[in-house]
Amino acid sequence: MAKRLMPKKQLEGVGLTLTGACVLLVALVVITLIFMVAQQGLSAFFVDGINFFSFISGTSWVPSDGVYGALPLIVTSFGVMLLATLFTLPIALGSAIFVVEVQPGFGRRVFQPLVELLMGIPSVVYGLIGLTVVNAAMRAIFGDAAGTGAGILSGGIVLAVMILPTVTTLSIDGLAAVPNEYREGSYALGCTRWQTVWHVVLRSAMPSLMTAVILGMTRAFGEALAVQMVIGGVEKVMPAGLLSPAATLTTALTSGFSNATTGSIQYHALWALGLLLMAMSLVFILIIHVIGAKGAKNRD
Amino acid sequence: MTSETTAKQVGNDLGVDLDDHVKRIGRQDRVATGILTVIVAFVLLLLASIVAFILIRGLGKALTPGFLTTSPLADENPGISSEIFDSFYMLIITLLISVPISLGAAIFLVEYAPDNWVTKAASTAIETLSSLPSIVVGMFGSLFFVVTLGWGISIIAGAMALTMFNIPILVRVIQQALQDVPRSQRDAALAMGLTRWETTRHVLLPAAMPAIVTGIVISAGRVFGEAAALIFTSGSAAVNINFASVNLSSPRNPWNIFRPAETLAVHIWKLKMEPTPGNDEIVWGTAAVLIICVLLFNILARVLGKTLAKKMTSE
Repeated sequence: MAKRLMPKKQLEGVGLTLTGACVLLVALVVITLIFMVAQQGLSAFFVDGINFFSFISGTSWVPSDGVYGALPLIVTSFGVMLLATLFTLPIALGSAIFVVEVQPGFGRRVFQPLVELLMGIPSVVYGLIGLTVVNAAMRAIFGDAAGTGAGILSGGIVLAVMILPTVTTLSIDGLAAVPNEYREGSYALGCTRWQTVWHVVLRSAMPSLMTAVILGMTRAFGEALAVQMVIGGVEKVMPAGLLSPAATLTTALTSGFSNATTGSIQYHALWALGLLLMAMSLVFILIIHVIGAKGAKNRD
Repeated sequence: MTSETTAKQVGNDLGVDLDDHVKRIGRQDRVATGILTVIVAFVLLLLASIVAFILIRGLGKALTPGFLTTSPLADENPGISSEIFDSFYMLIITLLISVPISLGAAIFLVEYAPDNWVTKAASTAIETLSSLPSIVVGMFGSLFFVVTLGWGISIIAGAMALTMFNIPILVRVIQQALQDVPRSQRDAALAMGLTRWETTRHVLLPAAMPAIVTGIVISAGRVFGEAAALIFTSGSAAVNINFASVNLSSPRNPWNIFRPAETLAVHIWKLKMEPTPGNDEIVWGTAAVLIICVLLFNILARVLGKTLAKKMTSE
């Protein structure tokens, strides 16, 4: 078949340009995003004159009165994130160990597909179930102390279920990547399976397990709608305890952003919260890179 | 018998009871296995009860005649017809934009990327995008696509926000799929004098296609349920779509990409945040429909991947 062919060099140029343009486009969008979030967020401090330190340390958040103290939001955000990690870690790690070390066949064929399914359930649905089941359970267990059932503890529980599949899947990958020679060496020395897991497998998979946990924390920190549905999300002062309703950085955005007039102080203050969220996710990425670099060094 | 005595002797020499030690670590091993089994059973039970709970609460409403085909703004027995249409329409537009870009970016990063700072910066940018809270992506969308570009609260602005959410997932899946193609195939194609571009198009992409298609469908499931990035970009008000409309610029024309829209996930959010009597049934019905769609995406991904893989290997 006679076909007009493009010179090879030109063809290679076309491929490079096309794919390179895609990468460039993505990078450009990310840079635009970071730039715009930073610009809007920082103008709360530099244009509207909100004091950065009183913004970070102020203990009440009432945008309608012009009071911008984000500390309660920051504390609650970290609180639910840590609670969620605490609840999810033993379960995720336990099931990952079971799937990789105890029943690999069942793990690959049955457990992993099901966990991936759990990952696909939309966050509003988690919020809906949390609102119905978790908050009711809180009321049943703690009685009047729990109020409507909305609170930091409920938020932590719902987030724990949400990040469970992420942490489990990544932990499974991390454990499966441990070379089999390590296990065989351990068994050859007469160790039991649990000794092998505890002293050899977990230790050598530590960097990837930490990465899994931090990615889970990133997700918990940035989740908005599911948390808003179960945590109350309209409170303005420091939370009193685990059962008290509270607002996180993300819920302050979901409940306030659509009502704020573009360009107003309130609008910029909300962007400053967005900037905090973005900064935190950059910090998480940085930590993952540090862990990765350390892990690579240890292997060499 | 002999080994036992030896063990005892060794233990006595060391001053510890080895039999006891062996018994203890054996017990520890059994206890640990037991606990792990309980944990896995708990996770499976959790998954089953979540899905069952939604279906029990919502399936009755979801299967009510007319629920899937009535407008959400109907006076009597409002349904979710606009939400279903908008969800799929926005998903298709999102995939039309995000798949080519992700494919290009992944090919560049796997096949062309020189090991320099540009490549590193690009992968870091994609990683950043994947870890950004979707609410921040939504805020950016509301400023950039809605205000700066002047698209208004619209389907296209929502689809762009979803694209930003989807690109990092897709790039990672496609990168993985391309890397999993055996090195020998790449080497053989290059040795035949094919350019990298020809190798990628005619050898690597077909070989990686089953994994790529599976990844796209799974990512579609994630996009389908996303709501936080949409409430500020494509709106959260029920839309009265007129399927008979032929005027493409009408806000009621289903195909107009510059009209506001509300997806199933946003509908649940909206109804739950502004509770009115009778809404609860609709919320659970919508959740059941949403979950069934996500389940179907999951099954579709697996079936498609398997069929494609079979087709590729038998040829």
